[in-house]
Amino acid sequence: MIKVNKICKSFDGRTVLDNISINYNPGQCSLIIGASGSGKTVLLKNLVGLMQPDSGEIWYGSDLFTAMDENQKKSVRTNIGMLFQGSALFDFASVEENVMFPMDFFTDWSREQKLERANFCLKRVNLENANKKMPSELSGGMQKRVGIARAIALNPKYLFCDEPNSGLDPTTSIVIDRLIHEITQEYNITTVINTHDMNSVMEIGDKIGFIYKGRLLWEGCNSDILDSECKELNDFVFASKMARRLKGLE
Amino acid sequence: MSVNISNILESVGEYWLLMKKAFRKPEKWSIFFKQFIEEADKLIIGSIPIIAIISLFIGAVVVIQTDKNMDNPLIDKMYIGFMARETLVLEFCSTMVALILAGKMGSNIASELGSMRITEQIDAMEIMGVNSAGYLILPKLVSATLLSPLLMLMSFILGLLGGALVVQVMGMISLSQYVQGLQFSFKPHYVTYSMTKMAVFCFIITSVCSYFGYYAKGGSLGVGRSSTRAIVISSALILVFNYLLTNILL
Repeated sequence: MIKVNKICKSFDGRTVLDNISINYNPGQCSLIIGASGSGKTVLLKNLVGLMQPDSGEIWYGSDLFTAMDENQKKSVRTNIGMLFQGSALFDFASVEENVMFPMDFFTDWSREQKLERANFCLKRVNLENANKKMPSELSGGMQKRVGIARAIALNPKYLFCDEPNSGLDPTTSIVIDRLIHEITQEYNITTVINTHDMNSVMEIGDKIGFIYKGRLLWEGCNSDILDSECKELNDFVFASKMARRLKGLE
Repeated sequence: MSVNISNILESVGEYWLLMKKAFRKPEKWSIFFKQFIEEADKLIIGSIPIIAIISLFIGAVVVIQTDKNMDNPLIDKMYIGFMARETLVLEFCSTMVALILAGKMGSNIASELGSMRITEQIDAMEIMGVNSAGYLILPKLVSATLLSPLLMLMSFILGLLGGALVVQVMGMISLSQYVQGLQFSFKPHYVTYSMTKMAVFCFIITSVCSYFGYYAKGGSLGVGRSSTRAIVISSALILVFNYLLTNILL
């Protein structure tokens, strides 16, 4: 479980995160949604330790992450997997080397054991027979799958995804969303996803936090988001013509 | 002006912190040695052809120019060899070669790290708990600093060989006179001095270019800007340190 307690973050006097408190539970896909510039990415970066909040606390289980030094954070980070917006696969490494990369650093497994684990992870994301390909030879959807395989290589307790559907067509997006959801439930992972894709929200939003101008304005799940009375949330959810038509607003 | 000074001080501070991070004990020595070999191949072995061609031709040109400027019949022509040797060992084979390497090796390092930064590959390593500076920068620093003196030696030998070839082809003096000049008043300390300079210059190139690449921002244009700044600043530092080291070592 991840517990976020009253975190604030400002840049040059401009408040980007304003007193945000939220809990993320294992076995659930928790979504951070909001318009571009609302503070979603800053929140995610604070959660994984790429940024340090100005005030407030972030707990990983019983460990106070925000009070840790770099060495202590390292031990928490071995339990973290992350899927980046652009996949962030290492250009210099093949698909299987990308998946084996964290194993090279944090396990004493033999090459055969690492290869076996990499093959298992790649099979889990339905990407077999691509082991020797380089990232530049893969499509966007395949790159995301390799990113997920790499993120789950060390059986993480926590999985973070930054806009996992960006640049993907709607069909591939749903495949990636479902894959993340299945893996989250199968391995009881605490998954936090940063998105502004409403399809993802409806598909896998076990828990949703809506951020508006750095503040957490609404919390709920996909079954009650469409009936919210939060004006800012409705403006976000029903921004598209299609959504307004479905809601009967047009 | 005050803003510029504070920016410079900030950059110097960031540079030292990055070096401190890079020089932490590697997570796994086996990974470090693998990277060391790869970087030595890329940075040092990969520079051999250009250094070889330039050294051969510069050696030849120095001999021709020295010959053209020695009109006085009282000066023994064997001094052509002597002058060529002194010019090559004292300045060309360390400072000029380092300036060439700043362009070749420096742009390679800055653009490689810069593109890894903007595609979030460095962030991905950090989140895994890998010391990205230690993994990416330390092997470059160690291989370039330790092995570059050999490049200087190679350049020196090839420069002298270029001179010998031009002496043979143009027949300005006999080869034995040229060799006599090369041996005349030879101070082995000059070779050590030049090798030391080369090691320091290559440390400057790799560390400064790594710094600019590691902290690159602003997309592909930003990577281009960082590479250019890295080369300009490392070239300027080479000249400054050339002056300082010459004062100290000679």
